[in-house]
Amino acid sequence: MPVVTEVSPDGQKLTISVKGRFDFAKHQEFRQSYEDKQLSAVVVDLKDATYLDSSALGMLLLLRDHAGGDDSDIRVVNSSTDVRKILAISNFDKLFDIS
Amino acid sequence: MQPLEPLTILIAEDSAADRLLLASILRRQGHQVLTAANGAEAVDAFREQQPHLVLMDAMMPVMDGFEAARQIKALAGETLVPIIFLTSLSESEALARCLEVGGDDFLAKPYNQVILAAKIKAMDRLRRLQDTVLQQRDQIARHHDYLLNEQRVAKAVFDKVAHAGCLNAAPNIRYLQSPYALFNGDLLLAAFTPAGDMHVMLGDFTGHGLPAAVGAMPLAEVFYGMTAKGYGLAETLREMNAKLKRILPVDMFCCATMLCLSFQRRSVEVWNGGMPDGYLHRIASGERTPLPARHLPLGVLSPESFNERTEVFPMARGDRVFLLSDGVIDTCDANEQLFGVQRLQQVFAANRQPDALFEEIEQALRDFGGEARDDVSMVEISLLEPEQITPPTLVYSDSGQSCPLDWSVSFEFRAATLKRFNPLPYLLQLLLEVHGLRAQSGALYSVLAELYSNALEHGVLGLDSSLKRNASGFARYYQERNARLGGLQEGYVRVHLQVAPTDDGGCLTIQVEDSGEGFDVERVMERPLDAIRLSGRGISLIRQLGRNARWTDNGRSARVEFIWEALA
Repeated sequence: MPVVTEVSPDGQKLTISVKGRFDFAKHQEFRQSYEDKQLSAVVVDLKDATYLDSSALGMLLLLRDHAGGDDSDIRVVNSSTDVRKILAISNFDKLFDIS
Repeated sequence: MQPLEPLTILIAEDSAADRLLLASILRRQGHQVLTAANGAEAVDAFREQQPHLVLMDAMMPVMDGFEAARQIKALAGETLVPIIFLTSLSESEALARCLEVGGDDFLAKPYNQVILAAKIKAMDRLRRLQDTVLQQRDQIARHHDYLLNEQRVAKAVFDKVAHAGCLNAAPNIRYLQSPYALFNGDLLLAAFTPAGDMHVMLGDFTGHGLPAAVGAMPLAEVFYGMTAKGYGLAETLREMNAKLKRILPVDMFCCATMLCLSFQRRSVEVWNGGMPDGYLHRIASGERTPLPARHLPLGVLSPESFNERTEVFPMARGDRVFLLSDGVIDTCDANEQLFGVQRLQQVFAANRQPDALFEEIEQALRDFGGEARDDVSMVEISLLEPEQITPPTLVYSDSGQSCPLDWSVSFEFRAATLKRFNPLPYLLQLLLEVHGLRAQSGALYSVLAELYSNALEHGVLGLDSSLKRNASGFARYYQERNARLGGLQEGYVRVHLQVAPTDDGGCLTIQVEDSGEGFDVERVMERPLDAIRLSGRGISLIRQLGRNARWTDNGRSARVEFIWEALA
C-alpha cells in the first residue's frame, strides 16, 4: 500500500504515510485516506517518499482545506533533502509545519 | 458463456463424401455451410461470401489448402477468420506447416463431432475477441484524433492570448518553449508599461493538459490589462492572486516569477512565488545573482494574507535576467536522476557566448540522456538603452469629440493611502482623456511616476537617494523603503493637474508637493543632465522629458509642463 493511514489511540491524530513517488497517481488514495475523518491534527509522513511533484503539492492543499484551512494543524515530517527542496521552492513552509 | 451464434462456415474438401458428412454435422449444429472442392474455389467463395470460419483440407487439386489459406488470410486483413486444417497428415513437419501458412488449428481425420464442435466454439471466441479489440482500437484512435483536434484549436486561441504582448517584437527578449508547453501549464507573458518599462511573467500551473491551461486566460487578461494601465508589480500580482484564488479549485495554483525591467532606471524588480531560482547575469563581472522564490505560488493564499513584496536589483547595459521552468531542472534520466540545479550551474560556468546559452542548456539536457519533456520554458531578457526599445503606440477607440480641454483637479494622498494605493494609473487614465497628450503618454507617465516616487520616497519617507550609488546600497534602499512605508503614520503627497487650452493646442501643468524635508535644489540642478548614475536619475529624467521643470519650497514642490499642438 503506497498510502497508509493510522489514527492515534485517542482518535485525535491522523498519520498519513506516503511511499514512493508522491504524484498524481496517488490522488485517489491520498484523498480517501482523510476524506471520511474528522481531523484535529494531521501528520503527513514522507519518510519513504522519493519524489514530490506539483500535483502532490495540490493534494496537500486539499488536505489543508479539509482540515480547516488557516486553522488546520498539519505537520509534514521526515521529508528527504530532495523533497524538502521542492517544498522550500514552493514556500510551503509558510503553510505547513515541515520537518 | 454466451450461446454459440450460428456461423457461416466454408468447407474446402475435394472428397465429395467427406464434404457431405462435414456439411451435415455442421448444419445439425445450427451453422450455415458453404462448400468448395479445391483451394481456388475456396478462395473465390471466401471473396464472395466472407464466411466466419474455414475448414480446409490440406491436399486438394488445382490449389492446395496451404496456398488457399495464405490467400484467404491476406484477403481477411485485420479481421480474424479462423482456419482449421482437416488433415490425415501425421508428420509433425506437415502439421507445423498448416500453422505457418496462417492456419489456426487442425483436426485429424476421421472427424470427431464433439471435438469439431469444441474447436469451432474456441475459434469463435478468438474471432470475437479480435473483433472487440479492433473496435476498441478504432474507437480510441477516433477519440485521440478528436482530442488532438481540440488541443490544436485551443492552442491557437491560447497562443493568441499568451502572445498578445511584445514577446516576439521586443529585441531584448529571447525565449524557448516546447510547442505544447502551455498544455503542461507553462505560460510566458511580456508587455510594456506606459512608462516604457517591461513586465515579464513566467508561470507554471499545477497539473497537465487542458486543466493546466485554462488558468492561463484570466492570468493573461489581468497581466496585459493592468500593465497597459500603468499598474506596478505589486497591484498586478495582488489582483492575479485574488482572481486565481477565486476561480481555481483548491489544489490548483500557479508558480510564477514576475519582473519589471526598467530601461530608464536600469533596474529590475522581481517577485518569485514557487518558481526555480532565476538568475541576474552581470556581464561585466560574469556573476550570476540567484533570484529565489520568496513567496507561495499565486492562487494559494487569501487576498488578506498575500505578500506582494518585491526585490529590486540594479542592472548595467547588457546585463541579462534568465528565467526557467522546472521542466529544465526536473528532467529525469533513465535512472530517475534529476538534471538538477548543479548541472545547470555547470552549464552557466562553461558558457562563453551568452547568446548560445539556450542551445548549451538543451545540449546538456540531451547529453544527460533526459527524456524530452514538453514543459521546458526558458526566457532571457537583457537591458538595452531606452532608445533601442520602442514600445508600441497605443490604439484608442474614441473619436476625440468629447475631449476635455479646460479643467484642473487636486488630490491629496495621505499616509494610510500611500501605504497601499498606487494613484498613478488613475491619474494617467484621466490625463489620456485629453487627446493632445496621448502621443506623449510614455513621457507623461514616466514623469508622473518619477515625481510621485520622489515625493513619496525622498519626501514623505525621507530616504536618501545617495544610498543607491552602489549595488548593495541599492538593495538596502528598497528594503528600507518597504520598512518605512509599512510603518508610515503621517505625511501626504499632493498632486495638482491643470489643463488649459492655448491658441494652437493646450498645456498641462503638473505640480506635486510633499510633506517631507525638501532638498538642496541648487546643488542638484548643477549636476549635468546626462550623468549615468544609479542615484538621482529621476530629476534629470523629468527635466529631459518635461518642459520648464522647476522645484520650489526647498524642493518640496515640483512643477513641470507638457504642451501639445492642436490636432489636424
